[in-house]
Amino acid sequence: MFARRNLIVGLLLGLVACKGNQPAPAPAASDVAPALKKEDAISLTGAGATFPYPLYSKWISEYNKLNPNVKINYQSIGSGGGIRQITANTVDFGATDAPMKEDETKQASGKLFHIPATIGAVVIAYNLPEAKGALKLTPEVLVAIYAGKITMWNDPKIKADNPEAKFPAKDISVVYRTDGSGTTAVFTDYLGKVSPDWKEKVGVGKVVKWPTGLGAKGNEGVTGQVKTTPYTIGYIERAYASQNKLPMAELKNKAGKFVAPTIEAMSAAADAVEVPEELFVSLADADGDAVYPITSYSYLLLYEDAKDAVKGEALAKYVWWGLHDGQKFSKDLDYAPIPQKVLSKVEGRLKQLRSGDKKLLTGA
Amino acid sequence: MSVSHEISPLIRPRSKILTRFGREVNWGDFVFHRTTALLAALLIAALAAMAAAMVHGSAESLKTFGWGFVSSQVWDPVRDVYGALPFIYGTIASSLLALFFAVPISLGVAIFLSELAPAWLRGPVGFLVELLAAVPSVVYGLWGIFALAPWLRTTVEPFLARTLGFLPFFQGQQRGFGMLAGGIILAIMITPTISSVSREVLRAVPSALREGALGLGATPWEAVRIAVLPYARSGLVGATILGLGRALGETMAITMVIGNRSEISASLFAPSYTMASVIANEFSEATGSLYLSALAEVGLLLFVVTVLLNIVARLLVWRVAHLPQGGSL
Repeated sequence: MFARRNLIVGLLLGLVACKGNQPAPAPAASDVAPALKKEDAISLTGAGATFPYPLYSKWISEYNKLNPNVKINYQSIGSGGGIRQITANTVDFGATDAPMKEDETKQASGKLFHIPATIGAVVIAYNLPEAKGALKLTPEVLVAIYAGKITMWNDPKIKADNPEAKFPAKDISVVYRTDGSGTTAVFTDYLGKVSPDWKEKVGVGKVVKWPTGLGAKGNEGVTGQVKTTPYTIGYIERAYASQNKLPMAELKNKAGKFVAPTIEAMSAAADAVEVPEELFVSLADADGDAVYPITSYSYLLLYEDAKDAVKGEALAKYVWWGLHDGQKFSKDLDYAPIPQKVLSKVEGRLKQLRSGDKKLLTGA
Repeated sequence: MSVSHEISPLIRPRSKILTRFGREVNWGDFVFHRTTALLAALLIAALAAMAAAMVHGSAESLKTFGWGFVSSQVWDPVRDVYGALPFIYGTIASSLLALFFAVPISLGVAIFLSELAPAWLRGPVGFLVELLAAVPSVVYGLWGIFALAPWLRTTVEPFLARTLGFLPFFQGQQRGFGMLAGGIILAIMITPTISSVSREVLRAVPSALREGALGLGATPWEAVRIAVLPYARSGLVGATILGLGRALGETMAITMVIGNRSEISASLFAPSYTMASVIANEFSEATGSLYLSALAEVGLLLFVVTVLLNIVARLLVWRVAHLPQGGSL
């Protein structure tokens, strides 16, 4: 009885562990201790988006190996929480998937820079036992499914794009994220772009009033529902779909091509969109044959004028490292690296970071 | 063993002080009395401070929506329009559903363990039941996603729809996730609470009552029914209230299975949403003062609903306690 119980609990806990983002192991204490002198230990805290957490966590552990005196703690409490904490000055840096809104910017104590740090994609995962090969969806069909206008899998509009596939006469079970999330913001941003009707009736945001479907908590909740429930469709971050081996739909992009959410297709989206002066821009429904249309930057939020010069310098150097050396960890963790032409703009912005009159990155 | 004839220092007369009625009171008693009174007052002050903080936090929402907040069914953060009725309904309905499942089971467990089970079985079974209370709620939630909901969808809900589908409770799309799953998860979570408190209550029934009933020729079932249960009635209701309290406040597990849709539906298959869930789901990402204020008001409502239900339940205990003791055949 006990053995069995422990086994079940163990399995469940194991499941939680796998579902989590597999944060990279912290460096062993022995690597760090000898080089560390008490007086120059710098500790930085950040908070925000959960979407890039696996990557940031990898950056932090790798950076700590190189710079044992810099300890960085990132709390993945969600983009909204990140924005609240950086505007309240309770953390040294914030992170968000959706750029800050104007009224949020006003609450900050100084000018905040958006630093695009990585690129992710939201994928349409589905559970259709009859399906062979990837499901192909047009934006119109996807919007109609989430608007509750297409309710059956054998709807002729779905069939039209998947002539070889056989569809059963089953209800489509739609799943959405119920907790406020950047993933939802990115997904609804896309739906709003491809459908003015959606933008007007439902809108774009971290939580919206979904016309149909069931709400699941977190990427892991949506993943769980899609995995266990046949005839379900849901949107999740790419990493969750690939780690759980869920099939991902190919979406028809603006150029009329059906594209799977590969790293290359995400990079293509970033290449296709010019990044403006403020360094944030939506990548939803970008132009180009190879573009996957639900792609998004994820941003770090840094104050232009750091209150503490020592901390500010350490933070600036860390972010600089993340945008250069740190990008090589992207692909393994299901993110796309920042393209070179965007990177040069970001470099310019990072060089503007200062504390009072002192530039923080003079040596870089 | 030597016996001391001196008065022990512990019971030696101490300094006395006068109360305002001129009665002499031991100084130590006085301090003890005042300290415990202060501690009790602290708890009430904490409650009041909490209520005040929540009223303060929800001021903007209270001003904007007034009573409409409680009666409106629209919750739309994009348009900054908030109404909490579906959450209130979901919280109360899922908790009552949980009691509907959990009370008979818990009473059965408690009666079995205190009255009928052989002595060697009582310890282990009682221990296992209480162990259920120690499982973290996220584990219940995962079990709900991966085991309960699929089972409900493939087996239970089709069966209910076939046999009782003419009732409005068992109609609509069968998805596994929804009110029924939420109620069952809560029931499993509150069963250990109700059954272990009930068992203690039943154990406290004087055995003279049982023996008397048995001596008069009652069967074990009759003894339980006419002698034990009536005596324990108010305690059993109290145990149920403890369970209800846990069900009302549960967040994680129910969020994972209830479907999180702010709609009111008579069907148990339909998704629903609870007050605790919406706060947990949306608070961390909420920006904008009206949005945060509306979430704080949901917290205030949860507080009010919990207090009201507890008052009703207390009245019930009081009522039950004043019923005539003892039953009839």
